[in-house]
Amino acid sequence: MKKQNRLNNPAQKDRAYYIFSFVVIAILAFLFAFPLYWIITGAFKNKQDIMNTEPVWVPTEWVITNFKNLMSKRSAELFELTIPALRLRLGKYIVTLGQTIIIKGPVVPAAIRWLVNTVFMSVAAMLITCITSAMAGYALAKKRFYGRTLLFSLIVCAMALPKQVILIPMLREMNALGLYDKIWAVIFPIVGWPFGVFLLKQFAEGIPTEMVEACRIDGASEWRTFTDVMFPMIKPGVGACAIFTFINSWNDYFMQLIMLTSTKNLTISLGIATMQGENSTDFGLLMAGAALASVPIIIVFLIFQKYFTKGITMGAVKG
Amino acid sequence: MKKLIAMLLALVMVLGLCACSVETAPAATEAPKADAPAVDAPAADAPAAEAPAADAPVEISLWTFPVGKWGDEATVNELLAQFNAAYPNITVKVEYLAYGGDGDAKIDSAIEGGNAPDLVFEGPERLVTGWGARGVMVDLSDLWTDEVKADMIPAVEAACHDNAGAYYEFPVCMTAHCMAINKTVFEEAGAMQYIDEENHTWTTEGFINAVNAVYAHTGSTVGAVFCNGTGGDQGNRALISNLYSGSFTTADHSKWTTDSEEIAKALQLLVDLEGIEYDASINGGAEADLFAQGVLKMATCWNLSNYNQRAEVIGDSFEVLPMNFPTDDGKVELCGGIWGFGVFNNGDEAKIEAAKTFIKFMTEDNAINAVKASGFSSPRISATDVYADAENAELIKTYESFLINLGDYYNVMTGWTEARTLWAETLQAIATGTDAAQAAADFTASANALLG
Amino acid sequence: MANKKVTVSKTTRRLVIQENIAAYAFMLPFLVFFVGFVLYPMLMCVYTSFFDATMGNREDIFVGFGNYRELFQDPVFWKALWNTMIIVLVSVPVTCIFSLWVASAISKMHVAATSAFRCIFYLPVVTGSVAVTMVWKWMFNNYYGIFNYIGTSTGLMEKNINWLGDPKYALGCIILILLTTSVGQPIVLYVSALDNVDKSLVEAAEVDGATPVQAFWKIKWPQMMPTTLYILVITTINSFQCFALIQLLTSGGPNNSTMTIMYYIYHNAFKLYRYGYGNAMGVVLAIIIAILSAAQFKLGQEK
Repeated sequence: MKKQNRLNNPAQKDRAYYIFSFVVIAILAFLFAFPLYWIITGAFKNKQDIMNTEPVWVPTEWVITNFKNLMSKRSAELFELTIPALRLRLGKYIVTLGQTIIIKGPVVPAAIRWLVNTVFMSVAAMLITCITSAMAGYALAKKRFYGRTLLFSLIVCAMALPKQVILIPMLREMNALGLYDKIWAVIFPIVGWPFGVFLLKQFAEGIPTEMVEACRIDGASEWRTFTDVMFPMIKPGVGACAIFTFINSWNDYFMQLIMLTSTKNLTISLGIATMQGENSTDFGLLMAGAALASVPIIIVFLIFQKYFTKGITMGAVKG
Repeated sequence: MKKLIAMLLALVMVLGLCACSVETAPAATEAPKADAPAVDAPAADAPAAEAPAADAPVEISLWTFPVGKWGDEATVNELLAQFNAAYPNITVKVEYLAYGGDGDAKIDSAIEGGNAPDLVFEGPERLVTGWGARGVMVDLSDLWTDEVKADMIPAVEAACHDNAGAYYEFPVCMTAHCMAINKTVFEEAGAMQYIDEENHTWTTEGFINAVNAVYAHTGSTVGAVFCNGTGGDQGNRALISNLYSGSFTTADHSKWTTDSEEIAKALQLLVDLEGIEYDASINGGAEADLFAQGVLKMATCWNLSNYNQRAEVIGDSFEVLPMNFPTDDGKVELCGGIWGFGVFNNGDEAKIEAAKTFIKFMTEDNAINAVKASGFSSPRISATDVYADAENAELIKTYESFLINLGDYYNVMTGWTEARTLWAETLQAIATGTDAAQAAADFTASANALLG
Repeated sequence: MANKKVTVSKTTRRLVIQENIAAYAFMLPFLVFFVGFVLYPMLMCVYTSFFDATMGNREDIFVGFGNYRELFQDPVFWKALWNTMIIVLVSVPVTCIFSLWVASAISKMHVAATSAFRCIFYLPVVTGSVAVTMVWKWMFNNYYGIFNYIGTSTGLMEKNINWLGDPKYALGCIILILLTTSVGQPIVLYVSALDNVDKSLVEAAEVDGATPVQAFWKIKWPQMMPTTLYILVITTINSFQCFALIQLLTSGGPNNSTMTIMYYIYHNAFKLYRYGYGNAMGVVLAIIIAILSAAQFKLGQEK
């Protein structure tokens, strides 16, 4: 198809333009890919290479010292599950039913725990956001209710709100809720961020109202209508929302920085930051950590790429 | 696909439930460690729990900044093992912080949320002027017995208390920040003639000549007045105050005196010297890196730890010569680094007592190991040979010889954090062409305004 | 008759109520998070902005509009606002135009090439801003950075430029890095949008003798309007939220030339502990953003 289009325009000017744009884009692509290349090779460079003032394009020797450092400097349990005992306070007595069970994983290098935390955080944020956003998006698009316009305006306004603005109150709130230094303190604000709702509302609006109504007339419950009719139709949008949320929470450095402190609760990018010494940055360690943190997400992107592009465009085009 | 999603969902929900319930019962998570035998008792008498016996188990938290190997898990665990051998009933949970925004943000948010640690390992500018002044620290006056005071280097003692006499820090280790030159290049440029290599000193005159000689030889920037933020600014401050014997503050720390002729002259000299560049793109750490890479020929923010961290990069590409800052009157005043413990007031007497026990152990019984872990020197007058048996004892001795030149520790000025930021901005202004004397005068006015 | 009317309206009312209940039931899970972790903190932010609040156990002191008064007299605030606006006003249109151009160019290429380029341009988005920023910092290095190396060796520059240390260039560098991390998604979107354009219309236009340029503006562009609106929204959000870059590269310097409102809020709250003042700034920024978003939507809806 595309080739034919080009053949249909045999003009010399077009050909020149095509070559020109290809060259420019190739150069730009190099610039865009370079940081990742530099991070990955940097992770395998020795200290001299990393600190060399002449750019070392390919490591003179491939070393895994940086990864070794990353793995050896801190340790933590692989995971930690706590099933607390039921405690009842009766007057001045506290009755404990059962026992607090803490299941701890084996002690592993903290970097692995940080990866586990980061994956858990991103997946949890992604799943919860998708569910809440799909439901809310559906309601906003297809239901007529009091306060709809107001709510939607609020959502649109809040979408661009930078997190720094509400950081201090959020901190006080998380503490009051006992969520401080818990991974949930990072997840919940992501879920509350209304971008997913906005996206899926646009999507749901594209679904013919008659379909929803027909289903209702057939006697399906509200919930059935949502799960059986609406949800399958907005699936591409949900996919887009999922990837968007996943990438956003993976990179949400700032919230993590403020909310998480214990070694065992850190995320990967935060954990690497705590490994730096005074007045010195261990670039090799930084690169190793960055490589470790970015490779999974790049894989996720490559796998879901089609889903992602299709989903978002459909939403945007139809909106 | 559906099944997969459902399973994932279920997994997250279960994990979520578990994690959530931890949060609603924070006491439960601490229970097994703190009072293992009592946890099984079906009914605990609440009032009894509030009056702990003298040797009841206590858990305290220690947050440490990466001062030498105090940021290294293996080293700290070793120190803790030594402590627990003596005090098995006190459990210490350690968290590691980083400089440069990360650690500060974490402690601040912890204080704000009422989750501050019991013990923190850092210096007076945070312990005394930062958190101490904000009333969140415990006064450690009872640890500062007359005996301790008599044995402490006076400048250190002065830095650990506020103007009202409340001690918010108990020091473990200290260093004097010096500068360093690339001796190899200086030799090639014939600049070593301006330097007293044996005593590691030079005069202002010698400094000017040396910089000019090296610049003439290499044609590139010799040294930088770095001002990207506040990191490592003890270096450029010491350089500027020593050049013409100016001082940043009055001796009683009641006023900034940076509008003096001496300071302005020094700032202007650094503008005029071709080999020196005001550089707003680097901070102290980056300057030290550039020095280690052989790009800059001198570093103004240097100490033994900075050297150790970069020894591998420097290799044998050149010889590092640590130096005092150049002066016109021969009286060098170095900026110090003083690190020690502070105790946050979390309202629990037992924890505060345990924290103090920990401090005593690390500064008396186990002082040598605690100092060694930092890689710096002891602030005690009596402790002269901490590193006597170290393999690089000679090198350490050289760096320790700078300690006698330790100057006034004015980091305890009210509004220090703000003033430090203003100082970086002042240097940035000079870097972009503002008149040095004018910039210094502006800084003085704003910084004095912070004193209230 | 009258009786029947009552029943009808009663049924309608019951239906309306039912619809409302259902709607709010669907909204509920989201609202819990939205109200709890966005709206409530925002309200607290407005509330605290009337106080002189700081860290620690000191009581907040009520100062009325004191913080706002100070804010409007603070030259750094104005500078920060100005810089923020520059970042938004430069990066939003440039991102849109650049990504549209790249998308239209690569969508004409072979499928494999399209796919490869699309991925490459998306890489900086997924690599994580901290690491990417470190690499850029190295490239901009005053002493041995790549740009200076190329610049001086090709004779384009007489001597090294201190990219991040010179107020003339620092903000430009920040915007450049911001662009590389924000064009990824728009390119992906435009490539798909161009794919989805109704091809028969384009072909019909070409048969009628329209040049490719005309065909693009008259046929393709209007069809891509919703995509463009969406891109405008996300790019604006991105530009306002640009923070890690500034923290890692310049901390707002030199001479506040890269100070943005976002960073200034952080600076006041976490360096100077002036919570009330920081919150006042947050409120002002939120109002500006709200107005901008509303305007964008009005614009989009008219189209």
